[in-house]
Amino acid sequence: MIDLVGKRNWFFLISAIVIIPGIISLAVFGLKLGVDFSSGTAMTLHFDKEIELSTLRQEFTSLGYDRAVVQPAGEGDFFVRLPEISAEENTKLKEGLETELDTKIEVSSLYSVSPIVARGTVSNTIIAVVVASVGILLYISWAFRKMPNPFRWGTCAVIALVHDLVVVIAVFSILGWAAGVEIDALFVTGVLAVVGVSVNNIVVVFDRIRENLKRGVSRDFEVIVNYGITESMGRSLNTGLATLFVIVALFLLGGTTTYNLVLALLIGIATGIYSSLCIAGQLLVVWEKGLASRQKAVSSPA
Amino acid sequence: MKRGNAPLLIFILILFGFSLWVILPGNGIFGRDDFKLGLDLSGGSHLVYSIDLTKKDPAQTDADVIEGVKNKIERRVNAYGVTEPIVQTIRNERGSFVLVQLPGVKDIDEAIKLIGQTAELDFREMELDASGRLVFDETGKPKFTAVAKAKGSDGQERELTGKYLKPNAQVVLEPQTNKPEVAFEWNEEGAILFEQITQRNLQKPLGIYLDGEPISWPTVQSVIKERGVITGLNLEEARTLAIQLNSGSLDVPLTVVERRDIGATLGEDSLRKSLMAGIIGSAMVVLFMIAYYRFSGFVACLALVVFVALNLAIFKLIPVVLTLPGIAGFIVSIGMGVDGNVLVAERLKEELRRGRTLGAAVEESFRQSWSAIFDANVTVFIACAVLYWLGNTFGNFLVIGFATTLFIGTALSMFTQVVVTRTFLRTFVGLGVARRPGAYGVLKQ
Repeated sequence: MIDLVGKRNWFFLISAIVIIPGIISLAVFGLKLGVDFSSGTAMTLHFDKEIELSTLRQEFTSLGYDRAVVQPAGEGDFFVRLPEISAEENTKLKEGLETELDTKIEVSSLYSVSPIVARGTVSNTIIAVVVASVGILLYISWAFRKMPNPFRWGTCAVIALVHDLVVVIAVFSILGWAAGVEIDALFVTGVLAVVGVSVNNIVVVFDRIRENLKRGVSRDFEVIVNYGITESMGRSLNTGLATLFVIVALFLLGGTTTYNLVLALLIGIATGIYSSLCIAGQLLVVWEKGLASRQKAVSSPA
Repeated sequence: MKRGNAPLLIFILILFGFSLWVILPGNGIFGRDDFKLGLDLSGGSHLVYSIDLTKKDPAQTDADVIEGVKNKIERRVNAYGVTEPIVQTIRNERGSFVLVQLPGVKDIDEAIKLIGQTAELDFREMELDASGRLVFDETGKPKFTAVAKAKGSDGQERELTGKYLKPNAQVVLEPQTNKPEVAFEWNEEGAILFEQITQRNLQKPLGIYLDGEPISWPTVQSVIKERGVITGLNLEEARTLAIQLNSGSLDVPLTVVERRDIGATLGEDSLRKSLMAGIIGSAMVVLFMIAYYRFSGFVACLALVVFVALNLAIFKLIPVVLTLPGIAGFIVSIGMGVDGNVLVAERLKEELRRGRTLGAAVEESFRQSWSAIFDANVTVFIACAVLYWLGNTFGNFLVIGFATTLFIGTALSMFTQVVVTRTFLRTFVGLGVARRPGAYGVLKQ
């Protein structure tokens, strides 16, 4: 049997290697906020004829939008970010570009958010993640109420969960400055879906540990946990694989609209498999051992 | 076959058949021919207007103002000819909002103006120079002296505004010039006021203002009671104005705080791509399950087919508005659905290795997996509930779509994992199909 619990410090180290640069990136660069969070207008323009990126950029400047960010979006489309504009301004801008560049423009998508909405989004998102975590903590503590220290199970699950979330957010932070990936409301959806999927994995492993505890497989908690993890391994890997098949297909073929959602899921599910096998149960052991050694320390002087 | 299994099997097959019948296009079951597609798939515009309640008449309650705004927007949108628009109000700690969804609207900028203008019509007496000509300010607008007032039927002086209009304004073409005009008609009170005003301004220009902006300033040719026309518009403007006049003026100003337009081609493209992804992904899952878990994988796939059919039938019956993230949520729930079967199949292998008979192993594997399936899915429900709440406070239909389909899919997957897969396995075991442990991926030891 593989000793996954005995190598726990290695796993913690691996997670630290991923998370610490991620946290640094978050602290230094933060996340690249899309219009959902920062307010403004984002649109994808499709032109009837080929347009040079530099020409288009120039055109935006000469029409008075010198803060416009223009990026190519493939197949002759362009992605444009502007401060929020009204319907009238939008009509004028479109007509202006059409006359200047002598082509028809189709606005294939436009998304505009004013600061009043964007401001609430950030706080609502944080509240949502906290509420979901507390709900899950409470539920797991209740589901494991017959175990000794049920609250500990809930807490370890939530720590492993936060681990997965931090990895997802960290990767988006790095992608933000490296590749200009912005986060939007669908990213939030992806993050919360990761909460659901990854806690699902953790619960399955915990359930197996619980069962082995009841059966009294061993007197050593560490051995019991390791049994539970290795017995769940086949299931965790296979379920993860099956889900990843679908997610990868969505990622490769699904188009740009759900890109953020699917990318968050992709990273989150992969991390979730890892944390359910290599982090969550191991945390239980660390907690148990830590308390045991402290008790020993208290009783030994006598 | 286990006792009591046959009725369950028949029930599942009937349910499956019913689902297929619901999904099939063209039968118009319960008046529905197609799946309801969200704007991101069908194309259209999603608008959120903020309602400025500080500008309301103190005599009105907030709820009345919001309800009035909603009704008037509905009338305007319907008159504009949008099919299946959605108009909803949202109230949260950030204020009051109206959410408007316009599927398939071409000129969205025009529609936004139509919906959001307060459309307060009034008449103004114009400032004239010594020779009786209009005086213009530096922006090219004519100057006015005052909003036209007259004595009402009760002898009280009041302003003539759009509220005295009958809701039958229409666009007509002026026969001589062929230019569009909006013809309107006053109610009794309005006619009394208009008569005095036209009398007073005979042979002088009278300004027609919409939301404080001059539209036209025709010269009054004769004393008019009931009827009038508004000139100086293009056809599009005339149509918009007629709709606005008929739906009545909004009591408070609205501003667009969020807007999401999706072109029809983009929507179609996304739909096709994600369906393709779903099909390819599912096919890989099926192959994987059969390759790895052999017979139990095959049974799991049968259950998966039932799961997908039930799911789609529910989407159509409720109906669930399918958005792109909604489809992603459905596809994720397929993953969840497979998960339960993987749990059961793994247990089945273990039980067979322990030397149990096939029948006993099947029963035991379901008994053992249940707690994991239940607890794991409840946590997903918690995440879905939070997402749904979040989507509602945002007014974000995309987040709501994801939460809804993931929730339905997870709930259904619990049913198919436990009831459908078990019934199928019991049936096959009872029929004596696939007796060797090797058929479940257990190697001889």
